[in-house]
Amino acid sequence: MNDINNLNEFIIDDTVYKTRINKKYSLKKQYKPKDNSIISAFIPGTIRKIYVSEGQKVNRGDKLLVLEAMKMKNDIVSPINAKVKSINVKVDEVVTKNQLLIELET
Amino acid sequence: MSIFQSLVDLFKRKEKIEAGGGEKAVKKQIEMGKLTARQRIQSILDPNSFYEYDMFVEHKAEDFGMDKKFLPGDGVITGTGTIFGFPVCIFAQDFTVAGGSLGIAHARKITKIMDHAMKLGIPLIGINDSGGARIQEGVNSLAGYGEIFFRNTRASGVIPQISVILGPCAGGAVYSPALTDFVFVVDKISKMFITGPEVIKTVLGEEISMEELGGARVQAEISGNAHFFAESEQECFEQIKKLVTFIPWNNRKKADVFPPKPPKPDFDITKIIPAESTQPYDVRDIIRAICDDSDFFEIQEHFAANIVIGFCRFNGETVGIIGNQPLVLAGVLDVDSSDKAARFIRFCDAFNIPLLTLVDIPGYLPGIDQEHSGVIRHGAKVLYAYSEATVPKITVILRKAYGGGYIAMCSRHLGSDFVFAWPTAEIAVMGPEGAANIIFRQEIAEAQNPDEVRKQKVEEYKQKFANPYRAAANGYIDAVISPLETREFVLHSLLIAKNKKEDMPYKKHGIPPF
Repeated sequence: MNDINNLNEFIIDDTVYKTRINKKYSLKKQYKPKDNSIISAFIPGTIRKIYVSEGQKVNRGDKLLVLEAMKMKNDIVSPINAKVKSINVKVDEVVTKNQLLIELET
Repeated sequence: MSIFQSLVDLFKRKEKIEAGGGEKAVKKQIEMGKLTARQRIQSILDPNSFYEYDMFVEHKAEDFGMDKKFLPGDGVITGTGTIFGFPVCIFAQDFTVAGGSLGIAHARKITKIMDHAMKLGIPLIGINDSGGARIQEGVNSLAGYGEIFFRNTRASGVIPQISVILGPCAGGAVYSPALTDFVFVVDKISKMFITGPEVIKTVLGEEISMEELGGARVQAEISGNAHFFAESEQECFEQIKKLVTFIPWNNRKKADVFPPKPPKPDFDITKIIPAESTQPYDVRDIIRAICDDSDFFEIQEHFAANIVIGFCRFNGETVGIIGNQPLVLAGVLDVDSSDKAARFIRFCDAFNIPLLTLVDIPGYLPGIDQEHSGVIRHGAKVLYAYSEATVPKITVILRKAYGGGYIAMCSRHLGSDFVFAWPTAEIAVMGPEGAANIIFRQEIAEAQNPDEVRKQKVEEYKQKFANPYRAAANGYIDAVISPLETREFVLHSLLIAKNKKEDMPYKKHGIPPF
C-alpha cells in the first residue's frame, strides 16, 4: 500500500482536509484585480511609437503608444480620463507580457 | 526475366526501401536514443506478424528539386499485424527519410491504412516522428493533414485510435493525435507543440526549451494531452500492448473476456479508509482491493490526479473506473479533472465498457482561477457524459458525497443503474462545518460561547445528515453495503446488467459543452 505523506491543509466549505497539492495547482497565479491606471503590455512585442509625454492630460480613448506584436501594430489607448504620471518604456524597446508601459493618475 | 531473376530484383528493391534514409540517418536516429520506425513496429506487434502495405509508393512532387529525390516509402511505413493475436492497423513515420516530413503520398498511405482499419473494424495505431509538413510540396502537404484529421474524426467512437509520439510532432501534425483516444509519450523523446520555441522567441520574445514547452512530462502532467507516460520506448510499447487487451476491436464488439481472478490478499478493504472524513487515502488501493488480480491499469496518472481513471477487470470483463482521489486536492472536481473524467466516460460508453464510479468528493474546487477558466462549462461535461452513457453504470459511495459533487459522480439522478453506499457514506448538501455555519449562523453569532455552540451544531448536523440513510430513505441509493461486499455487489450488478439496452431519443448528435 502507498505511504501517505507530504500532506497539506486544504479548505473547502469551512472543512479542513488533509491532502496533497499537485504541481499545476501550486503553479497557479495569484489573481490581481484590474487597475485602470496601470497600462501594461497585453502581449510581448516592441514599442513603435509613443504619442504622449509625462504630465500630459489624456481622455478616455486617446492613443498612448503603439505596441507591435505578431506583425500587427496595436494602438494602446487610455481606458480613463487621466494624467500621464510616468512613461516607463522607450521607442524600439522590446517588452515582455504584462510589463509596465505607462502609469496614469487621476 | 526468369522467376529467379525477378525474385532477386524484388529483394533488391525491398532491401533498398527497408534501409530507410540510409546508414547515416539511421545512425543519427539511434544516437538520439530512438529506435527506427521498423524496429518500433516490430517491438509493438507479435513476432513476424507485420505485413507491410504500399512499400513502393513514391511521391510525384517536382518543385525545388524534389523530382530528383527518392524517398523510401515516402517516409512512412504502413501495414497490419497482431498484438497477442488481436488484429490492428499500424503506421510509423520514418524520421530517417526526409525527417519523416509529410507529403501527399505519405499522407495517402496513412489515410489508406485508416480506411482499411475502419472497413475491417480494428484499432489503428499511429507512431508519430516527423518534422512536420514537407514544405516543398506546399498546399498538398496541408491537404494530406486535413485528410488524416477528417478520418480521425469519422473513426472516433467506431474503432479505438492510439497515437504514439516518438519524436517531434509539431504544428498542424499535433491535431491527429489530439483527435485520437489515447496518446503515448516517452520522456526526452516526445515533443509536441503548435509553435516551437524558436517562433515563440522571435514573435513574443519568450524563451523556453523544447522540453519545458512540450516535452513528455509537460504533456502528461500539465496540458493533459498525453494519456500514458513512459521512461523508455520499450516501456511505452508494453503499455500499448496492455491497453489493447482491455478494449474491444470496434464499437460493435465487447472487449475480450479473460479468465476470472480474485483480488490479491494484500489489500484489506476495511483498513484503507480513515474514519475521519478529512483524512486522505489512496483510492487506487480500494480499486485494487476489489478488481481481478488487483490489476488496475491507470490512464492519465500524472494529470489532474484528483480524479483517477483507468481499466480493470471483474470476473475477466473490462470495466472503466472513475474514482475521486482524496489524496490529491482532497478529490475535488475542477476544470482538469472534469475534462479528464468526461472524456474517459465517453470512451467507455462508445466501446461498450461498463462504468464503475467510486465516490468520495467534497465538492467543486473553489477559486477565482477555476471560475475564470470555466469550471462551469468543464464541470458540465461530467454531467453530460454520465447522463448520456447507456452502458451499465454502477456507483459506490465510499465516504463524502457533498453537493454538486454528489450529483455529478454518477448519482441515481444521472441514470446510474446501481447505487450502493458504504455505512461510512456522508450524502449531504455540504460538509457539516459549512452547513452548520450557514444554518445556525444566527444562533452561533448570538451565543455567549460561539465556538462551543458551533462545535455542538456541527456534531448535531453530522449525526443527522452525515450518513447514507437519508438518501436511502428516499430511494436514491439501492443498498447500504459492507465494504467487504463491494466486489460481490459489483459482480452481481455486471451480471444483471449484461443485456442492458437503453435507447436515446432520436437526434443527429448531442451538443456536449466542449
